[in-house]
Amino acid sequence: MTSRRATDTRYWLASQRGPLLAAALFTAMFALFVVEHPAGLSANVVNTAANKGVLLALVAIAQTIPVLTSGLDLSVGSVFVLSNCVASSLVAGSPGEVALGVAAVLACGLLCGALNGLVVVIGRLQPIIATLATGAMYTGVALWLRPAPGGAINEDFADVITGSLGDRVPFSVILLVAVVVVIWIPYRRSVLGRAAYAIGSSEQAAYMSGVPVARAKFVAYVLAGLFAAIAGLVLTCLTYSGEANALLGGSYTLSSVAAVVVGGTSLYGGAGGAIGTIFGAFVLRTIGDLLFVFDIDPLSQPLFLGVVLLIAVSLGSFRLLKVKKRLDLYR
Amino acid sequence: MTIGGLFRRIDRALVAATGCIVVLLIAGALYDRNFLSPDYLLQQLQVAAFLGVIATGVMLVVLLGHIDLSIPWVVTIGGMMSTAAAGHDGWAGSLAIPIAVASGLAIGVINGIGVAYLRVPSMIFTLATNAIAQGLMVVHTSGFAPEDHATPAMHALAVERSILGIPNAVVVWGVIGAGTVVVLKRTTFGRRVYAIGNSERAVYLSRGNVRRIVVACFAIAGACSAFAGVLLAGYSTKAYQAMGDPYLLPAIAAVVLGGTSILGGRGTYLGTVAGVVLVTLLQSMLSIMQISEAGRQVIYGAVIIVMLLVYGRSAKVVS
Repeated sequence: MTSRRATDTRYWLASQRGPLLAAALFTAMFALFVVEHPAGLSANVVNTAANKGVLLALVAIAQTIPVLTSGLDLSVGSVFVLSNCVASSLVAGSPGEVALGVAAVLACGLLCGALNGLVVVIGRLQPIIATLATGAMYTGVALWLRPAPGGAINEDFADVITGSLGDRVPFSVILLVAVVVVIWIPYRRSVLGRAAYAIGSSEQAAYMSGVPVARAKFVAYVLAGLFAAIAGLVLTCLTYSGEANALLGGSYTLSSVAAVVVGGTSLYGGAGGAIGTIFGAFVLRTIGDLLFVFDIDPLSQPLFLGVVLLIAVSLGSFRLLKVKKRLDLYR
Repeated sequence: MTIGGLFRRIDRALVAATGCIVVLLIAGALYDRNFLSPDYLLQQLQVAAFLGVIATGVMLVVLLGHIDLSIPWVVTIGGMMSTAAAGHDGWAGSLAIPIAVASGLAIGVINGIGVAYLRVPSMIFTLATNAIAQGLMVVHTSGFAPEDHATPAMHALAVERSILGIPNAVVVWGVIGAGTVVVLKRTTFGRRVYAIGNSERAVYLSRGNVRRIVVACFAIAGACSAFAGVLLAGYSTKAYQAMGDPYLLPAIAAVVLGGTSILGGRGTYLGTVAGVVLVTLLQSMLSIMQISEAGRQVIYGAVIIVMLLVYGRSAKVVS
């Protein structure tokens, strides 16, 4: 029966509309960028764009997982900055020491995530305010580690991470794909991953159905910490140093929320995923690149970015036209 | 009313926040005798007034179950528009304060329309308007430091002490606060603000105009933030990029520590006042004790978590 398969495809398309839209948008924008760029599709242009995009994509994946549980993690930017500071102190020396340092950075992210998870799950505080407060604490620790910008990272390691494989494929993209394949997809298919979606749809229903609510929420925040730490590691590889830059952390936190929304994940939880978020992050980064190649006055670039962001987040309002009962507009 | 009835009517969060204020004051007095001098306390109230004006708007929005992340740059718009207008002679100079407040009001109305009519989640929509406000101010100042004028009226409101040595900023906050209490407690509008936080559908079905109320609250929040920007510009006679950034976390923290539920529908203005004083005292103590910026951030975050653990926990999901 072909009709059945057609229905399945239609359902799949409907459920993946957000990610597909973001992917299409990114493809169109990136094509425009490459066409307009004086250097064209050179390995260098692609690599630079990829590194910037992957950085935000990793932080945004970190944001996605708590958002799926209808939570929020406003400390991802702080964990990102903190792991940058940790990496600039520990990821140096012999290959063995580098490996240990990387493990330490990831452990630091896991620890921050675990604290967030404890506060939200055991402490039963609202995630938005709890992670705002823990974020301040992580920024404090980062400042304590690096009162002034500095530090170093094993440059061979850094060059591998930020370089291109065979002068064609940026290694950061391979890293991103690897992270998705090794962490996100198994998580998405595990009991805890499905529990995260269930909690986002209805925490009460999930609880009554025997879903491990507490464990799933805790793991969501821990994974957020892990992804933010991976991003911090990549940042250190890009800058060769560490800086406790609270403004950078704040801007990444806010951009991560925007990337999550542009990538089709609902802020109310229960729908979306990391794949859409990745395209959302790349869309946001490409906007900046486009403003650059089209020679927009640097002073009006922030304004353009804001207007594009506003239009992007308002596009979802077209669904309102399909609402038949006015009562359904209200929650 | 019996004493027991009175006791039950008093908000638990308000009691806890007041208790924390007393503990902070005692700890401060043990550290430095000057901490309890009237002059120092009045100065703290004056600093608190700026945060208090912002927190008033934040509270209205939070009561609806929404959040306003455009505070930082709306505060900056308030500061910059007022100093820019003050730089002109003639009518623009004398209208510096209304011009600035109207700019904030306009951003607030846009926020409200996005949230109420376009149904975009408030967190992301106000994030976008914050980016636009920042973009507008970067264009306005061309990246340079803006004019550093303040009209005499702005200076008087922010710095001088006209009545019985009470700072005018505190009086202004008191007037705004009293107005807010009356509106929230005594008007249909105010009751509906609480009702929307509990159930928009119920308000819609009982013929309340949900959208108009949401727009009004965001508009008031924008106006409050911009007015706080005016006061800050009057206080330091200058406006600068990102002058509003340090006010987002404290304002939200003050409202939540004051017992307003971040999910909306529950909270008192008196609690917000206590929250504002609490946050201001905490910041002031940490700077007096000359703790490094790093330690200050850690303690600040930890104290907020601990206080919320004491009285800000949400109900357990049991069914």
